[in-house]
Amino acid sequence: MRTFAGVEDEDKWLAEGIAGIQHNAFFMHRALDANNLREVLKYSVLMLSELRTSKLSPQKYYDLYMRAFDQLRQLEIFFKDESRHGLPVVDLYELVQHAGNILPRTYLLCTVGSVYIKSKQAPSKDVLKDLVEMCRGVQHPIRGLFLRSYLAQVSRDKLPEIGSDYEGDANTVMDAVEFVLQNFTEMNKLWVRVQQQGPGTVREKQEKERNELRDLVGKNLHVLGQIEGVDLEMYKETVLPRVVEQVVNCKDELAQYYLMECIIQVFPDEYHLQTLDTLLTACTQLMPTVDTKIVLTQLMDRLSNYAASSPDVLHEFLQVEAFAKLSNAIGKVIETQLEMPIVGAMTLFVSLLTFTLRVHPDRLDYVDQVLGACVVKLSSVPKLEDARAMKQVVALLSAPLEKYNDIVTALTLSNYPRVMDHLDDGTNKVMAMLIIQSIMKNDSCISTADKVEVLFELIKGLIKDLDGTNTEELDEEDFQEEQNSVARLIHMLDNEEPEEMLKIICVVRKHLMTGGPRRLPFTVPPLVFSALRLVRQLESQDGDIAGEDVPATPRAVFQILNQTIEVLSSVPCPELALRLYLQCAEAASDCDLEPVAYELFTQAFILYEEEIADSKEQVTAIHLIVGTLQRINVFGVENRDTLTHKATGYSARLLKKPDQCRAVYACSHLFWVDDLDGIKDGERALLCLRRALRIANAAQQMANATRGNSGPVTLFVEILNKYIYFFEKGNPHITPSDIQSLVELINNEMQSDNGNTTIHSDPFFTSTLRYIRFQKQKGGLMGEKYDPIKL
Amino acid sequence: MVLVLALGDLHVPHRAADLPPKFKSMLVPGKIQHIICTGNLCIKEIHDYLKTICPDLHIVRGEFDEDARYPESKTLTIGQFKLGLCHGHQVIPWGDLDSLAMLQRQLDVDILVTGHTHQFTAYKHEGGVVINPGSATGAYSSINQDVNPSFVLMDIDGLRVTIYVYELIDGEVKVDKIEFKKTSTTNSAP
Repeated sequence: MRTFAGVEDEDKWLAEGIAGIQHNAFFMHRALDANNLREVLKYSVLMLSELRTSKLSPQKYYDLYMRAFDQLRQLEIFFKDESRHGLPVVDLYELVQHAGNILPRTYLLCTVGSVYIKSKQAPSKDVLKDLVEMCRGVQHPIRGLFLRSYLAQVSRDKLPEIGSDYEGDANTVMDAVEFVLQNFTEMNKLWVRVQQQGPGTVREKQEKERNELRDLVGKNLHVLGQIEGVDLEMYKETVLPRVVEQVVNCKDELAQYYLMECIIQVFPDEYHLQTLDTLLTACTQLMPTVDTKIVLTQLMDRLSNYAASSPDVLHEFLQVEAFAKLSNAIGKVIETQLEMPIVGAMTLFVSLLTFTLRVHPDRLDYVDQVLGACVVKLSSVPKLEDARAMKQVVALLSAPLEKYNDIVTALTLSNYPRVMDHLDDGTNKVMAMLIIQSIMKNDSCISTADKVEVLFELIKGLIKDLDGTNTEELDEEDFQEEQNSVARLIHMLDNEEPEEMLKIICVVRKHLMTGGPRRLPFTVPPLVFSALRLVRQLESQDGDIAGEDVPATPRAVFQILNQTIEVLSSVPCPELALRLYLQCAEAASDCDLEPVAYELFTQAFILYEEEIADSKEQVTAIHLIVGTLQRINVFGVENRDTLTHKATGYSARLLKKPDQCRAVYACSHLFWVDDLDGIKDGERALLCLRRALRIANAAQQMANATRGNSGPVTLFVEILNKYIYFFEKGNPHITPSDIQSLVELINNEMQSDNGNTTIHSDPFFTSTLRYIRFQKQKGGLMGEKYDPIKL
Repeated sequence: MVLVLALGDLHVPHRAADLPPKFKSMLVPGKIQHIICTGNLCIKEIHDYLKTICPDLHIVRGEFDEDARYPESKTLTIGQFKLGLCHGHQVIPWGDLDSLAMLQRQLDVDILVTGHTHQFTAYKHEGGVVINPGSATGAYSSINQDVNPSFVLMDIDGLRVTIYVYELIDGEVKVDKIEFKKTSTTNSAP
């Protein structure tokens, strides 16, 4: 039993060993030069005896071994040349067996054996069999391993493979395989025995040492993979079963893990496909502490790559029922390894899903099955808290999205939402964002109400507060980004059939209404405009379409719109609601729905009167109200009068005089619409302008009173321009002299200012005058109109 | 040669998900010297996106814009031209050329750029040019029933400006071109 000594001690022993080898090698060389077989043998034995040490760790022993190895090469050259030592190789083979100790004896035997095989005086297989048996004599783990490693090295080019110089009879490949298998089996047994009883720290060192040795064992598998003539049949019937047998029976965690990995990496993927049963059964028979999932993951990854390499191989996968076998094996592993943490199980599922998506992308049932198994596993844990496991689940859910660029495919997977349910709220939202991004990136269109329902279930973390979340805690920017994404998403939901589109709108509305006041300002506008697009489409079609629950008519849609915009009052955001009401009102007018349009205007006006108090907002709101009303032609006289009266009233009551003035003259357009059958009430239009003029005057007086000088004449010039506008349109109540007097008024105002005019009005007035001159010189009707005006 | 991109009324995300991909691939950073935007983006993300195309971004307030700090109107000088920018919902009747001409006189500019109607127009009159780049996303409009996504690129070269309008019609980008020349005395009819 080797005790673990200090490093300095080991270095000392190594140095001693090296010295010993060098010392004896020196004499051995002298004997070689003298062709003195006896002496050669004597010193070679002494030299090899250094390898009998049991004091060194594998790393250091390797050092010693390599020096001996180099010397043995020289020795082999000597042995080969019969003329130098005079003995036929057969006799040499016999002679070296008389060496005293078994270790030097066997090294020499192997060396001679190499020469023997090369001489072809005996079949390779016989010599090899003899040698591999002889090595049994050395049962010390480290010494035995290196010895057999030496045997493997010298025999490598002398195996009776097909096409080699040493090819034997019909069974030749089998013989080669048999030899390697036996050496492998014995080496594995030795390797497993490199053990020490001891406390934890000792075990660590022991593991390290074992790992240093593992490639010696693994090399045999590489050789097996390279032997000429080993075909699938032989691999399946002989090679793999024997290797697996040893792996399972050795009952050693380290060996099993390493060798399974080796098998997977060394042998071709086609072989793995055809031997899935054997491999997977072996996986379930390994020691419970072996990390089988990594093994399985490696296997699946290799098979995935194999499938991706060429489309022709796919039928092989189907033929061997790869998917069924793999998913069963994984299921079993997860079931039996109860201590496996959830992240391990999820990793396995991710690998299996990757495999499935690569190999059987058209089999959505397989994909769903994997997700289903995942759901079962997730249900078995009370709550998923491990962040790494969460990441794996996100990877699992993202894979189908990336594979099928069409989200609609993912939506048909019945287990997809069930997996999402197990995510914590934060991750759920991350996943929801990924789904939306996938839709946007691929420009996907979701076109049925059913699919929209599924989709909104999936992204419900963004749509509403899930149990336990508090919107107050969310980062403002993140929240806005989320909601804007949902808003954009709504435009990807579309169907040309109005019936279906209406259903979609109802489904979306149902979900959005659960969002709460913080979300509505983001989500309601896109819904409204989506509905308005539908109205336009319905309007352009002939006849009504009877829908199932809700008939697809513009009127029905406006009802929905009204109820939807109403909800904004709970936020509250009256400015937004006002804008939306006006948009709907104009759309209603285009549909000839006078009562609906009137109702919508009423709502807008109520909001203006009761909710919009900010002066700047009022100005914008007035512009929108007047601008919309100006365009609407559905109202009868009474309704129109009521609304215009209200609008002009609001305009006159704005806070700042200039705002008042501008709003009032804007109202003049309410009484003059340039359409064929538009209203053309010249008198009332002029009344507005005169009122605006009075307000402008008042503004000037106020400026005089407060600042001691008059304000800019801009307002007057604007009103002048409006006079010109109606004059040109043919308003009979506006005469050239009206325009003339206005021009003079402005001139007076500018002069009375003692040259204190602002830059603004000068160029404005100037260009207005220039325009008048231009129109005058135009000639024709226009020129005539302007003629009386003298500038 | 100075390239000025004029666009607006994107209405993202209220009325559209994003700019059309064909437009996005044309709007490459570094090729354009100025952007003038008629407003109604509506969100900061679009503002940031426009800034990546060209850092010199001029923008005015549309009635649906999230950022209330954009000005109601703006004037700027590029080369020999004075440009005016205003969303247009403030000018009643909406889209009325004569009323827009009044605004042009008031701002004292050669080229007036406004939006709101989602309809591309380029109109030359006594006082100069009035341009409406339309809606870059083809967003719904109560004013215009048939909206195609469009934007305008102006090439200002000395006293001449060439106006290119890009319109997405049935999935294809169609380009048209109009030229204006101003005489050296400002604001006189050519």
